[in-house]
Amino acid sequence: MALCLCGSLATADHVAAQTSNVQARELVIGYLSITGDPRHAEKRTYANIVLQPATNPFDGARTALKEGRILGRSLKLKFRLEQAEGKDQAALLENLDRLNREAGVRFFLVDAPGAVVAGLAQSTRGRDLLLINVSALDDELRGAGCQTHLLHTMPSRAMLADALAQYLVARNWRRVMLLQGPLAEDEAVANAFRKTARKFGIKIVQRRNFIASNDPRQREQNNILLLTSGPAHDAVFVADATREFARTIAYQTAEPRLVIGDAGLGAAAWHWAWERHGAPQLNQRFDRLAKRPMTNADWAAWIAVRAIIEAAARSATTDFATLVDYLKSPSLVLDGYKGTPANFRPWNGQLRQPLLLATHNAVLTRAPLEGFLHPTSYLDTLGADRAESSCGK
Amino acid sequence: MRKIIWLIGTVALGLTFPQGPLAAKNSGLIFVSNEKGNSITVLDSNLDKVLRTIATCGRPRDMEWSADRRFIYVACADDNRIGIIDVAKFETVDAIRYIEEPEAFEIDQAERFLYVSNEEDAALSVVDMKSREVVAMVELGEEPEGVMISRDGSTVYVTAEASNMVHVIDVKSREVVADILVGTRPRRLAAPPDEREIWVSAELSGRVDVIDAKSFQVIDEIPFLPRGFRKEQVTPVDLLITRDGVAAYVALGRANHVAVVDVKSRKVEDYILVGSRAWGLTLNRDESKLYVANGLSDDITIIDTAKRKVIKSVPVGLVPYGILIDD
Repeated sequence: MALCLCGSLATADHVAAQTSNVQARELVIGYLSITGDPRHAEKRTYANIVLQPATNPFDGARTALKEGRILGRSLKLKFRLEQAEGKDQAALLENLDRLNREAGVRFFLVDAPGAVVAGLAQSTRGRDLLLINVSALDDELRGAGCQTHLLHTMPSRAMLADALAQYLVARNWRRVMLLQGPLAEDEAVANAFRKTARKFGIKIVQRRNFIASNDPRQREQNNILLLTSGPAHDAVFVADATREFARTIAYQTAEPRLVIGDAGLGAAAWHWAWERHGAPQLNQRFDRLAKRPMTNADWAAWIAVRAIIEAAARSATTDFATLVDYLKSPSLVLDGYKGTPANFRPWNGQLRQPLLLATHNAVLTRAPLEGFLHPTSYLDTLGADRAESSCGK
Repeated sequence: MRKIIWLIGTVALGLTFPQGPLAAKNSGLIFVSNEKGNSITVLDSNLDKVLRTIATCGRPRDMEWSADRRFIYVACADDNRIGIIDVAKFETVDAIRYIEEPEAFEIDQAERFLYVSNEEDAALSVVDMKSREVVAMVELGEEPEGVMISRDGSTVYVTAEASNMVHVIDVKSREVVADILVGTRPRRLAAPPDEREIWVSAELSGRVDVIDAKSFQVIDEIPFLPRGFRKEQVTPVDLLITRDGVAAYVALGRANHVAVVDVKSRKVEDYILVGSRAWGLTLNRDESKLYVANGLSDDITIIDTAKRKVIKSVPVGLVPYGILIDD
């Protein structure tokens, strides 16, 4: 049931009476991140061409905090963000303990690589804390490495791969040439795509490794014409975290074929060109605050803070256990500006959400695509479904 | 895209448009704002056919009549103004400028003040109709949208889409007197003639919340679920209540239906299949026909309200948003 927040409402008084001091009417959300996280650094290529400007998902959290101010005014509740940086997992844990001790912080957004998130979650098991992963894509974190006090607003690699696969299947472009870079991240993305290919009946005609070099002795691996010659295929999937090689593939393939993955059409949690479901307003608010377009991790941090504020507003309390129950409830209706309401999967803490299929400057459609059915939620056609999940197994 | 004028109808039908009396008050003309077409499509309500297209400013959305029905005010979100269209001339003749991204607005009965939701500043802007200047701003939750003035003119209700609230504003003091937490993404407001209740559509919750206008408590929720749809596919936006306060019509957005609700019992009596992403709703004067703007199929659906059956659908411009009828 919705709640009136006007004036001296019985529920609000009740809450105020429960909490012993004034400080308890402030809800502080922690934000833990890695100092100089290379994932968010500016990506430059040869001749100082900027491929991706520096980002900081904390801007997403700030945007959500700003949006919550009127709700806070009504609730007579103050929301605050406490950011703390550290160089590694140990430093993050130290910051977490300090914020928990000094400011009573129990909700933490964690903006760190998968291994750090996993370690932090492991070492805080059993404590009255809630961690929300806002930038790590690792499927492992949602699988064997899952924790009951760890939620994920960032989609997993599996979800992103599934979204792209649905698009290929919908178009009947089922034969894919897979090109993979030398980084561990490239390997992970390629593996996720291989898994999804099996799930959706896409044939990977060949998996090839590329190297960004000019060495003629390595031409099998650096010459796009050679890399893309071979068995018949409909699309070329590129796994290239640097995006450096990926951006040169389209129009240079042996056959006139589409390029997808880290160049051309890709799946995303968010895109600055998304124009439906109120997205222009969110993009504008973010842009005004951060002076740059909103990215995936910005969105994930934004919705994590939104979720906590929403929980506090709906349950009219700052009580930790009540808020966590609310957040994890299947009746949570979070507006992610992607049309379909978002909430957390009970089996692995992943935020179920639509994904965007976009080129560099246009969102073509939203996944799940029409026709991909599921007995309970169409959104669960993206990523590890209950039966597939290895969390807790 | 901005300069494209959608010419369906005028060209296809080859009509020479009659001048003079027809274009005056009670002309029976229907005006549909096309958000992406930057235009207003004009239809004849007897034939339900397209007569012509009026070019407007960028991204026209909500429309309101002037009291004498000689002018249409149209909110142009992309041009930060409210355009004024002379109905007799079928032309934009003037504008109220410097209104940031207007979407929904209302004008009080005396035509002294215009109340417009201002997404940019998360505020309700109060525009003096004489001086055409913003004379007051009331700070609200993020993305204010639906605006409704009480019949006695004392209160303005505004939904805040991103804050999930309905704000109640006292007209005299221009202060928020209540914030009411409602379902997710509240969009539009309606009230039965006695105004004892305020109805608000909650788009992402797939329901209409009923607010008691005295206590400002949500006293009921009306969920919608046409056959064959899932809860998350039902996204109600526009709603209206008949003059006698008996029936409510609710456009269900992506569920592509209009719901008919018995206001007294709050029971959903019917679902009528319309076009894609139905948002805007308007009844003609005798309430025999309901007009539905289908944003994603670029057409309007016309419903016989007595039979609760679709009469027909008529193509209009790109992304139709709102509908006004001069009758």
